[in-house]
Amino acid sequence: MKDKIFKGLLFAAALAILLLTAGVIYVLVKQSLNVFHEYGVFGFIFNAEWDPRPETEEYGAWSFIIGTLFTAFFALLLCIPFSLPVALFNGEYFKGYKISSFVSSVVDLLAGIPSIVYGLWGFYTLRPIVIQLGVNAQGFGIFLASIVLAVMIIPYASSLSAEFLSMIPDTVKEGAYSLGATRAETIRHVSLPMASSGIVAAYILALGRALGETMAVTMLIGNTTNVPTSLRDTGNTMASVIANQFGEADGLKLSALIGIGLLLFLITAVINLIAKFIMKKLSVR
Amino acid sequence: MKKTLLFLLICFSLFSCSGSRDKSKRSVGVTLSGAGATFPYPFYSIVFRDYMRKNPGVRINYGAIGSGGGIRSLRDKSVNFAASDAFLNEKETASMGAEVVHIPTCMGGVVLSYTLSGVDSLRLTGELIADIFMGKITRWNDSRLAAENPNVRFPDLEITPVYRSDGSGTTFVFSEYLNKVSPEWNREMGTGKALKWKAGLAAKGNPGVASIVQLTEGAIGYVGSEYALTLQMPSALLKNRAGNYVKATLETISAAAETNLSDDMKLTLTDMPHPDAYPISMLTWLLVYEDQTYCGHSRQEAEVLVDLLNYIIGPDGQKLAAQVNYVPLPLRAVQKTQRIINRIHFAGEKLSTAPDPEIAIVNVLSETETVGDHEKTVLHEKSLADER
Repeated sequence: MKDKIFKGLLFAAALAILLLTAGVIYVLVKQSLNVFHEYGVFGFIFNAEWDPRPETEEYGAWSFIIGTLFTAFFALLLCIPFSLPVALFNGEYFKGYKISSFVSSVVDLLAGIPSIVYGLWGFYTLRPIVIQLGVNAQGFGIFLASIVLAVMIIPYASSLSAEFLSMIPDTVKEGAYSLGATRAETIRHVSLPMASSGIVAAYILALGRALGETMAVTMLIGNTTNVPTSLRDTGNTMASVIANQFGEADGLKLSALIGIGLLLFLITAVINLIAKFIMKKLSVR
Repeated sequence: MKKTLLFLLICFSLFSCSGSRDKSKRSVGVTLSGAGATFPYPFYSIVFRDYMRKNPGVRINYGAIGSGGGIRSLRDKSVNFAASDAFLNEKETASMGAEVVHIPTCMGGVVLSYTLSGVDSLRLTGELIADIFMGKITRWNDSRLAAENPNVRFPDLEITPVYRSDGSGTTFVFSEYLNKVSPEWNREMGTGKALKWKAGLAAKGNPGVASIVQLTEGAIGYVGSEYALTLQMPSALLKNRAGNYVKATLETISAAAETNLSDDMKLTLTDMPHPDAYPISMLTWLLVYEDQTYCGHSRQEAEVLVDLLNYIIGPDGQKLAAQVNYVPLPLRAVQKTQRIINRIHFAGEKLSTAPDPEIAIVNVLSETETVGDHEKTVLHEKSLADER
């Protein structure tokens, strides 16, 4: 009897989560129907025009989509040289040592810092450095936002990668050593290939995190509506345009912002699905 | 033990005395809620707190969610009042379903703040501001800036215009002014709470714009006067319609309202003719339904709401405005607003107990025209408030 009640409770909880997700999707679709009806799905996605003035209003998501993908992928690129060594340090070289658990908890601490604090750090500390590097006159833009994003996603990429690296059975590595391989050779030819799918999945999840980041990006990217073509440009991301303009939005503009929210939801969902798929392939192998 | 009891007794009697003063009876357990503009939020938060202290039992919740959200909430009838920095346009008015009255609560201005080392005083005209924000004047040593500022040595530096990334009443007033003074702005940019900008950087809220301006050499941005005055940010002198260069102060912004005010108080106060008028001045409004009989709102709520409105435009409320660098309404504006508040009714029954005031004679150049004793005291209160 008790077992049945427990089972029922679990079932109800799982159902509640499903309903919640379905509800979110329902509201996003329902509220954004207006804008997709007005411009068509592709007309909305591939239009770079964003004109909120009532007389000439026209809304397209393209510049924000590009801004989002640009910053997220560049951040991913920047984070690899930092997160991969940390993962090897924790999951391979010093696996099980005290120093490794210390380093990994410090890295995890990075994940716990609120994004507004990252924003302030970028604003007051990093921006003057970016100006001195001569990226652009004011420092704000894709470059600055990407650097801060990269630091923010390091813990996500590194701790999951370290997990996958440490899962490789010692017997396999010992086999490599017995054949005369050095440690570096073992990592290059045994550990990394074996954990590769897991590491790729870790980076994809980190990418998903970078795509949705709002506060820190809003403070640093410049918030201009244009399609960024270089690291020097200012721009805007999907999450930050929603955060900025939702308060005063009405009618078609509100619908357009919710439409952007729906697109962001779809993009992150697809990225998560890809990560899941790759991880599944790993466990089969 | 006895001492404690005595102390408690004294406390109790003290509280019961203060509790039984004037209006407390009718305001027991009333909660009003409002939502809207962020610009007047600091003023509203202290004026509501003050009102709640004087009327125990009344609770006022205000959500600074933006005028758009406030207007939506009022239309959904989920709040008692909305706050907005722009009066409703025709489309919005039609969508409200019933007559909405605009109650001006205080004034403000938009200040052009800049960071430029070695330049202590900057003079600008509307055309120059328009060209800077349209990206047509890109460097500080432009000859047109030099012509307006003969005594200033400008550096050879890029101008970084900074504007609001969020929809804002401040942007609306700023663009409304430039629309009046620059035909090019009118053609290319227009008026709105959010625009399609051609140059510069954007940040959220007054604090966002202000911090970028303060930390970027060569930046110029527009911020609310209450914010700039409180932080004493360096700000440009603007040439007004009378040809004078004026700094934004409580007095110069107030002077903009020394004009013919329309009876519904739905008016913009940019580019006003008074010789001291600061050219980018504005009113901010509370919006309420004229007929307070709507879904579930009691008569008691409506009475407290009207009492609150009377309190805000009264001498106490206006004094608080000046304390936080908002500009108190001039006498005639208060009188006109009183008449609007008196129109609010509950199923046809009048709610306000204040009489309809006589409107002082409009004289743009002098403030000495007063009619009765009542107005003299109001005027006195106002000048007191101005001094603060």
